[in-house]
Amino acid sequence: MEIITEEEVRHVARLARLALSEEEVKKFQRQLEKILEYVAKLRELNLEGVEPTTHVIPVVNRLREDRGKESLSKEEALSNAPNTEKGHFRVPKVIE
Amino acid sequence: MDFEVMIGVEVHAQLLTKTKIFCGCSTNFGRNPNTQVCPICLGMPGVLPVLNQEAVELAIRAALALHCKILRRERFARKGYFYPDLPKGYQISQYEEPFAAEGILSFERNGNCKTIRIKRMNLEEDAGKLIHEEDRGSLVDFNRCGVPLLEIATEPDLTSPKDTHTFLAELRQILQYLEVSSGDMEKGHLRCEPNISLKKPGQSEWGTRTELKNLNSLKGVEKGLLFEIRRQKRLLESGQPIRQETLLWDEKREIALPMRVKEEAGDYRYFPEPDLVPLVIDEEWIERVKRSLPELPDDRKKRFVETYKIREQDAQTLTLTRRLADYFEEVVKIHSDFTLAANWIITEVLGILHEKNLSIGDLSVTPARLAGLFHLIQDETISKKMAKEIFVKMVESGKQADEIVRVQGGQIRDEAEVERIIEEVLKGNSEEKVRYQSGEVKLMGYFIGQVMKRTDGKANPRMVNEILRKMLEGNPQKSGVQKK
Amino acid sequence: MELCEQSAFVLHQMLVSKEISCREILLSLLNRIHSRDLNAYITLFEEEALKEAERVDQQIKRGEDLSPWTGIPLAVKDNICIQGKPTTCGSKILTSFQPPYDASVISKLKEKDCLFIGKTNMDEFAMGSSNENSHYHPVRNPWDPTRVPGGSSGGSVAAVASGQAIWALGSDTGGSIRQPASFCGVVGLKPTYGRVSRYGLVAFASSLDQIGPIARTVQDCALLLEAIAGYDSLDSTSLDRPVPLYSTNLKREMQGMKMGIPREFFGEGLDSKVEERIRFAIHQLEEAGVEPLEISLPHTEYAIATYYLIATAEASSNLARYDGVRYGYRTKSFRDLYEMQSKTRQEGFGDEVKRRIMLGTYALSAGYYEAYYGRAQKARTLIRRDFDQAFEKVDFILTPTAPTQAFKIGEKIEDPLQMYLSDIYTVSPSLAGVPALSLPLDIPKDGLPIGLQFIGKTLEEEKLLQIAFACEEMKILDNSISS
Repeated sequence: MEIITEEEVRHVARLARLALSEEEVKKFQRQLEKILEYVAKLRELNLEGVEPTTHVIPVVNRLREDRGKESLSKEEALSNAPNTEKGHFRVPKVIE
Repeated sequence: MDFEVMIGVEVHAQLLTKTKIFCGCSTNFGRNPNTQVCPICLGMPGVLPVLNQEAVELAIRAALALHCKILRRERFARKGYFYPDLPKGYQISQYEEPFAAEGILSFERNGNCKTIRIKRMNLEEDAGKLIHEEDRGSLVDFNRCGVPLLEIATEPDLTSPKDTHTFLAELRQILQYLEVSSGDMEKGHLRCEPNISLKKPGQSEWGTRTELKNLNSLKGVEKGLLFEIRRQKRLLESGQPIRQETLLWDEKREIALPMRVKEEAGDYRYFPEPDLVPLVIDEEWIERVKRSLPELPDDRKKRFVETYKIREQDAQTLTLTRRLADYFEEVVKIHSDFTLAANWIITEVLGILHEKNLSIGDLSVTPARLAGLFHLIQDETISKKMAKEIFVKMVESGKQADEIVRVQGGQIRDEAEVERIIEEVLKGNSEEKVRYQSGEVKLMGYFIGQVMKRTDGKANPRMVNEILRKMLEGNPQKSGVQKK
Repeated sequence: MELCEQSAFVLHQMLVSKEISCREILLSLLNRIHSRDLNAYITLFEEEALKEAERVDQQIKRGEDLSPWTGIPLAVKDNICIQGKPTTCGSKILTSFQPPYDASVISKLKEKDCLFIGKTNMDEFAMGSSNENSHYHPVRNPWDPTRVPGGSSGGSVAAVASGQAIWALGSDTGGSIRQPASFCGVVGLKPTYGRVSRYGLVAFASSLDQIGPIARTVQDCALLLEAIAGYDSLDSTSLDRPVPLYSTNLKREMQGMKMGIPREFFGEGLDSKVEERIRFAIHQLEEAGVEPLEISLPHTEYAIATYYLIATAEASSNLARYDGVRYGYRTKSFRDLYEMQSKTRQEGFGDEVKRRIMLGTYALSAGYYEAYYGRAQKARTLIRRDFDQAFEKVDFILTPTAPTQAFKIGEKIEDPLQMYLSDIYTVSPSLAGVPALSLPLDIPKDGLPIGLQFIGKTLEEEKLLQIAFACEEMKILDNSISS
């Protein structure tokens, strides 16, 4: 049985906001299937009682004081944007 | 049919820090769009978050006030979803390890005491603001993006919209008291999303739960809940299913409409935030915050009743806000007639604040000045009635009570002077005098009124009373008083 | 030797003695860049660099003190932000993006008057082992232009290897500095996680990414690390530890040191020519008094699976910000928001990036988290323990950097899993967070470099550089340049 189906590939693509072509869906299904088969190796490990590693460094409590820093100017903030209007970023309408 | 109602709420309170939770941008409200943003809160490539210590302190305060257990070691998590107001494509929040859990908040309504369990409390970042323009799409302002939020979720322990209203008011008061949040719902500084489910009496299973969003006031919460309860009732009564969904409250039309969502929504792909290291909150830190914690409204109310012997209802009013309660305590530190102070603050002070649309902090009459006015009442320099007028003048002119009294004069306490005025009054009202002397004793009030009128209310009432009585009743032969 | 082939250390001396000008160094480099097209750079700062060189030359004329970094041209991988300069990450999606901020390493180098020559080509978002995944086309290996330079820091490494840069900054997530350094015959170091600030390094996998130096000599490598290492309050994961004077403290007695030879790194998949060379290097170190000890890193075979799950999961989240709203590419036609975002990402990302976003999204999605990401995080703990245990017995670990020499362009591009497996020796130290350095060995007759990897204990970059320096002195490696 497949680990990942084409339908699942489509679902994941929607989650990740990728408008994959049908060809890509097929290709990724094949490739992801192979990769997932490979990573299934991890099932061989006995991981009972093993703590997950989120950070490799023993650092805690990096905090900053509640002190202001200069913000960007509005022009700087918007300078890279594809579409702006009246000091805002413009985005298309949401159709649900 | 009567249904049982079960309500839980999720509250998001903006924390009163100067800067955002992960960057140094200001949290000021109402500035020009996209002027309080930086590469970090705009989610530009390569930038990293650094946690604001003050946000943690404020969250500890709130957790302590709500009797929550604070996790000693916690991590942040990324909650992933795409929306244009969320620049990174994920919100930094807390997931598996909440900030605090298992708290309670008790409140009283109509003499009944209720305890609501707090499930969990999370620190997270706020999103930006979308301004929707019909058909044309939306405009995005990221000024709000990254403002620290405290998310407070309760167990579904509330049983009515009124309960929910009271609970939220209580919670808001605590957050304001602790200076954790401004609590302003209209401005969106405090947001509430209740979830509701119903049950037919006698049945064991609760119905499907729905969620309400976009409630911008306590009244709105109550109205929205009433609407949703009615809607669910109708569905249950007609045997239709209730869908598990989120409804948006439309304040103008007073209806709640279901939000349409994509099928993959809700899969947030949480995982531990690798850009932030764990937060360790030790006993010492908690103790330090505990020591800095102000007395909570409920405790203060009880103490006011015990210490100052004032009515519970008055204590309740006086502890409505921390500043008002502080004001009262400052006054009674100087002037020890607690009842006078309580009554006066509740009627006169609150009255003028209301009338002039001021808050207690704006008032030029400091507690010391108000106490000064009370001293003048106590030593009978002025009457209570005069005091009210002087108080208004104090507010308007910014002058002290004795200054005003010095100019307009205090009570007339010279016996000869009072006698002279009374004689004049009796002369001008000889008919009433006869009636009084023939037994119509209730006319005493009339005479006093006349004296006060002539003296602009400045005559010492006790002295007027005594002299009047003496002059009217002093010579029994002449007046021939007969007691019936 | 042309100026562009000199080490930073020598060039500094020549500048101080006024033998040469900064302009001359720069012109020598630019000449090399223009005469030989390896596609190493995405953006060149030619005019500005010339102006900057002019400024440095004025400084020299006035007799001002020069720092060892002053005026020595540096190439910067195009995923490290320089204020006001295009930062593409080799991706279409960052078309025309100019960050309004400097990466912290760039701020540090600016303070030291370093001269930036340009931004180098790379696999898109640092995802790749061959540099074929760049929107700006593949980089060529200077030793054989039909072969890949390795990846993802292929541009930086090729530039340094060919005299198109004196030294360069790269980034390493699972081998992106070391593997190309091995393929192109230069020195590349991945520091301890947290040693160098990540602020301004466009994130691929946050718990693994590190910026590191690439140079032709160990001393230059040490000097560049010295400039960029250290605590940064803008990076919560940076380590608050003093930075040693790596470049002036390179001499070390090798006699009596213990080197670990992990048996798992010498098995199936290792090219025999590479193995032969590595074995010979081990023999030479033994001659110099270093004691070899066979050790085991038993979870090595799980490293690739662990790495690809963790790295892609983090990447899927880190790359969610490219949505066509605030910067970068936006698709031309769309009906609504969802379509704008999905098409922007579909058109803006290349094949490998999409594949990894897909894998990472899947590994984090509802119902799969524990089976994939959760497992990988626990496996990572076991891999770290392997290293902890090994370092109880040895001073450093010695392995090949890559299982093969540089492969042909196009050879592995159709088989992602085969490509991933070429990172087999570099991902374990990345997962453990420990420092690792790739040192070029004597170039074999076929003319393709081979790299030797030294892995050290957390924060022991100094020791690694000292060992590498000793090897350099012993001439078991080759600093020759491909011109």
